[in-house]
Amino acid sequence: MKFIRIDKENWEKDLQKLRRSFRLIGPVKADQDYLFKTLGEAEFPDFNFLNTRLSLKSLVLPQSENMFEYSLDQNREDYHVLKEVKRNSAQCVVFGIRPCDAFAFLLVKPNFETPEHVDPYWKQAFEAITLVGLACDTPCSTCFCTSAGCGPYHEEGLDVLLVPADDHYLAKAITEKGKHLLKAADWDGDTASDVAEKEMQARKLAAEKRITSFISTDHLKEKATIDLYDAPFWEDVAFSCINCGICTYVCPTCWCFDIQDETRGKSGRRMRNWDSCMYPLFTLHASGHNPRGTKIQRVRQRFMHKLKYYVDKYNNGIQCVGCGRCIRLCPVNIDIRRAGELMNNYKPIA
Amino acid sequence: MKNPYLPYPVRIEEIITETEDKNLKTFKLVFLNPEDQNEFVYLPGQFAELSIAGKGEIPIGIASSPTEKGFIAFTVNRVGQVTTHLHSMKVNDTMGVRGPLGNAYPWKTLEGKNIVIIGGGFAFTTLRSSIVYMLDPENRSKFKDIHVIYGARTPGMLLYRDEVAQWEKRKDIHVHITVDATDDPDWAYNVGFVPTITEQKALVGDDDTYAIICGPPIMIKFTQPILDDLGYAQDHIIMSLENRMKCGIGICGRCNIGKEFVCKDGPVFTLSQLSDLPKEY
Repeated sequence: MKFIRIDKENWEKDLQKLRRSFRLIGPVKADQDYLFKTLGEAEFPDFNFLNTRLSLKSLVLPQSENMFEYSLDQNREDYHVLKEVKRNSAQCVVFGIRPCDAFAFLLVKPNFETPEHVDPYWKQAFEAITLVGLACDTPCSTCFCTSAGCGPYHEEGLDVLLVPADDHYLAKAITEKGKHLLKAADWDGDTASDVAEKEMQARKLAAEKRITSFISTDHLKEKATIDLYDAPFWEDVAFSCINCGICTYVCPTCWCFDIQDETRGKSGRRMRNWDSCMYPLFTLHASGHNPRGTKIQRVRQRFMHKLKYYVDKYNNGIQCVGCGRCIRLCPVNIDIRRAGELMNNYKPIA
Repeated sequence: MKNPYLPYPVRIEEIITETEDKNLKTFKLVFLNPEDQNEFVYLPGQFAELSIAGKGEIPIGIASSPTEKGFIAFTVNRVGQVTTHLHSMKVNDTMGVRGPLGNAYPWKTLEGKNIVIIGGGFAFTTLRSSIVYMLDPENRSKFKDIHVIYGARTPGMLLYRDEVAQWEKRKDIHVHITVDATDDPDWAYNVGFVPTITEQKALVGDDDTYAIICGPPIMIKFTQPILDDLGYAQDHIIMSLENRMKCGIGICGRCNIGKEFVCKDGPVFTLSQLSDLPKEY
């Protein structure tokens, strides 16, 4: 594999080149936190962050997205007929996405691109992005990526892996998209591959050793769904939950959405908005019946979906990349690692 | 790329008020673009999203049969925002339909078998579709005996009353109509709850007999043990579920029971499939 050395002193100049053909997105500091945004002319990605508060899922599943437009004016020929809206398909490059957040796109993909139906909004947005990942040398204390099928130098999901070193970056193209990007920036300075490979491996191993918390998943597949569902520990797991839904909003692999019509005067649009299984309205029938009307049912749904239903449905590991956001941001300290532990070790009383 | 969220535009061709409380209406819909009709290929048991711009969408079972050409029909209970608005709409109004969605009753499996249809209240819509489908001259010979047990609270709450009365007179289908109670002295059919009538009239369960059951949860709860007693195996009892839905194509994430989506993996399940899944419906 070819590694490319990018000198930090040329970095900004090289990024300017890319602006001609791509929208650049990168992390910037905003108040106490970092967030990803489209970079303006004089803005450059700020890599001095651990991870951003929000993942990048809104790139492919915006928090609010216009699906269709309609007119309610009965004098118009097309009244009540939904029309597709023009979508922005401009190519963009994300600099500095963490490997966990990039891997998350691959876990979400089988939901939006199924053999029967393809979600055109998700697919088009996903195909328009090139992901340049920033290897993680300083994890958060809540990170458990190495036990979630991912890792601080994980390559799956990325187009380019960027490893920060003292005065340079080492770049490795992982996909064709990635090769194309490196070319567009004239990043072709080869470096002695075996030296770079060694440097990369050493850094990778060191980074992996810094991840010291884990989730247990090895027995999840063999458990019967109904046993886990009926397990006695859910009341305890859910006890402190206030159903605020932050865990689902910050999660890079939570994809649930709502569809709502918004009308102003005689015209309107059909929107899709993020939704959350933490809310009772999520499943409320028009009749008043609610299959997940209680808090315990909803908390159980979130963990069962991530750690059991997904595992069984897609045979693609757990629906979690170990980014730890839900643990860091939960106001009442609910911890998916503990839920995983309880589920993985559960033995029903015979 | 075909957008699976885009409804086909349709025109309301006819509106039939079905029940004495006027809360159930059947809407016959005609596609505005004939090519859309050709794409809308369905089987009894499937549903569609009825789409009203400005109000939203609602998943409703298809009440017409694919053997009825030129229109599709839905019987809608007025209960929420979309259905209330739909009930106020008029013939010739434009709306949308997205589908067909979900799986159908397992027609290949059902061929050559006795079919016992058990329905209660307004859950009779896809059962009506099924009966019309099986009685079609092209299809009738594919099935053995067909029994129907259909109950409502009162005579005035029965759906498709005239049609059901016609079936009752036929020789190639055994129809048992029942109501919970009536003060009509001329009532010519049964009085009693669906489980009771099932116990009296339904075929004994065997390998060649399948039951399709749709109704309110309370009816299903009390009918199920009777089917057990009659000897129906769990994989010979077929049910149709409903849950709150948005996308209808297994993507938006809300209608799941365990790993199955009611919208895409269902709404039709056998009782044996359901026994391994959480009762979140």
